[in-house]
Amino acid sequence: MTSRLELRDAAVARGGRMVLQGVSLEVQAGELVGIVGPNGAGKTTLVRAALGLQALERGRALLGGEEVRRLSPAELARRAAYLPQERRLAWNVTALRAASLGAMTQPQAVADRLALEALGKVGLAHLAGRGVFDMSGGERARVLLARLLAGRAPLLLADELTAGLDPDAQLMALALMRAEAKAGAAVVLTLHDLGAAARACDRLVVLRGGQIVADGPPHQALSATVLGEVFGLEGQLIETPAGLVLAARRKGEAA
Amino acid sequence: MSRATLLILGLGAALLAACAAAGLIGEVPLSLAQYAEAIRHPASAPGEILWTIRAPRTAAAVLVGAALGLSGAVMQGLLRNPLADPAVLGVSAFSGLGAAVALALGLAASAGAVEGAALAGALAAGATLSVLAARLREPEALILLGVAISAVGGALTALVFNLSPSPVATAEVLSWLMGSVANRSWSDLAWALAPMVVGAGFCAYAARGLTALTLGEETAATLGLPMTRLRAAAVAGAALLTGASVALAGIIGFVGLAAPHLVRAGSGAEPGRILAPSALAGALLVVLADLIGRLIPSETELKLGVLTALFGAPLFALIAWRAWRSWRA
Repeated sequence: MTSRLELRDAAVARGGRMVLQGVSLEVQAGELVGIVGPNGAGKTTLVRAALGLQALERGRALLGGEEVRRLSPAELARRAAYLPQERRLAWNVTALRAASLGAMTQPQAVADRLALEALGKVGLAHLAGRGVFDMSGGERARVLLARLLAGRAPLLLADELTAGLDPDAQLMALALMRAEAKAGAAVVLTLHDLGAAARACDRLVVLRGGQIVADGPPHQALSATVLGEVFGLEGQLIETPAGLVLAARRKGEAA
Repeated sequence: MSRATLLILGLGAALLAACAAAGLIGEVPLSLAQYAEAIRHPASAPGEILWTIRAPRTAAAVLVGAALGLSGAVMQGLLRNPLADPAVLGVSAFSGLGAAVALALGLAASAGAVEGAALAGALAAGATLSVLAARLREPEALILLGVAISAVGGALTALVFNLSPSPVATAEVLSWLMGSVANRSWSDLAWALAPMVVGAGFCAYAARGLTALTLGEETAATLGLPMTRLRAAAVAGAALLTGASVALAGIIGFVGLAAPHLVRAGSGAEPGRILAPSALAGALLVVLADLIGRLIPSETELKLGVLTALFGAPLFALIAWRAWRSWRA
């Protein structure tokens, strides 16, 4: 099976410094992969490199088996949808218009139908006609999530998916991504909250200093050693009825 | 009928009414019988007034206003900034420089020389920007570059004044820079129309790209549109429109800034969809400003650029004030 996303020995340099190196990663259909790591570990760079938004110093980036830099813009949009960290909307367009931009390559009527469907998934169908500036920050974030889903791309990449969301909206966003993966999409999320990442994802990729230091099921990827060496935490993931919970404190801090 | 269609029809009707008023009002009052004669015999004296003075003047106001309104809407969409206008990238400044050089060289009398030089200046600045706009993704970078180009254009224009041997040439340049649509001939209009049509074509092509930019550069790059090409087309289109309008009427400020704001409330804020209404609103603003200039009694002609700036500057302040409050929120 062709991977939906593949990086082979990818390296990215910025300002004479390697911000990503020797990164090899494959994501298959139906997988929900969380990218975690401390600030500056290269999470955003990895996602941007996979999409061809960031030129590679070395290595290759492929989407659906094709070299990403050879894809036309339309082919790229057919293979992947991306929600960047920057969530500012420039103009007060309606929620429907904003979401329909995710299906821009389709005729307007089709795009509108897909957008309305996606707004329904994020629980905002009733606000389709409202201007995005007249919404709360959380509602706007959900509109952008609907935009990500509207194009029905086989690969979804969301940078800091849960940033700026209420706890219940965070859970909703993660549950939506799980549902998309279950329906056959490949989903890649960068996340800050290790506990939420461990609960939501099938697989976690841990980055440090631009390199992958662990890649596997959550309890394996976030081993006590990784928690200590990468995040400076003392503790472990504990299995509870509500799912995995991270029980940890900062190294050296009194219990 | 959708609100956007209604807005376009309403603006179109208002523009027609304003043009009719501009045809009826002038320095020499005409009677009804004289208008009838003017229409039947264009070569008669009233016919001369109507067809060689008022009509081209009004048509020039329409073209210049539409070009500025359209390029303003394109610049705001491209830079994702409600304070952007055609002057922001320095195209106007270089267009003005081209005209200043031609005037200082004493080419005022040769047909089309000043207009051609103004257009050449705009194209030089526009071509530079188009190439760079394809590379520079961040609007801030493009704005800073525009400020630099603007400053160079302004400095070189000042240098022309500085080195100009005769005060007459300096006065000519100043007067020209203040902007006017008076005494334009049909052939002046025809010269400006060609680049405007091409520019409008580029803008129409870029419209979807401008809409995509609502979500920011990064997202727009993944929505399936050839953004590099669309961005270059937007800059080229805005530059052609601005350059042609400066060539035809000098520098007329604030129309490009104000027109998109006037239509946003009525047509929705989607950048690709406010282009046509912005062009109509711009045309309406300039025809009305020119009409007001003719109605205010004064010894010398009130320059169009002066009037639009006089009315436009407070509007600019208001927009800036509201934008500041929304940034703070």
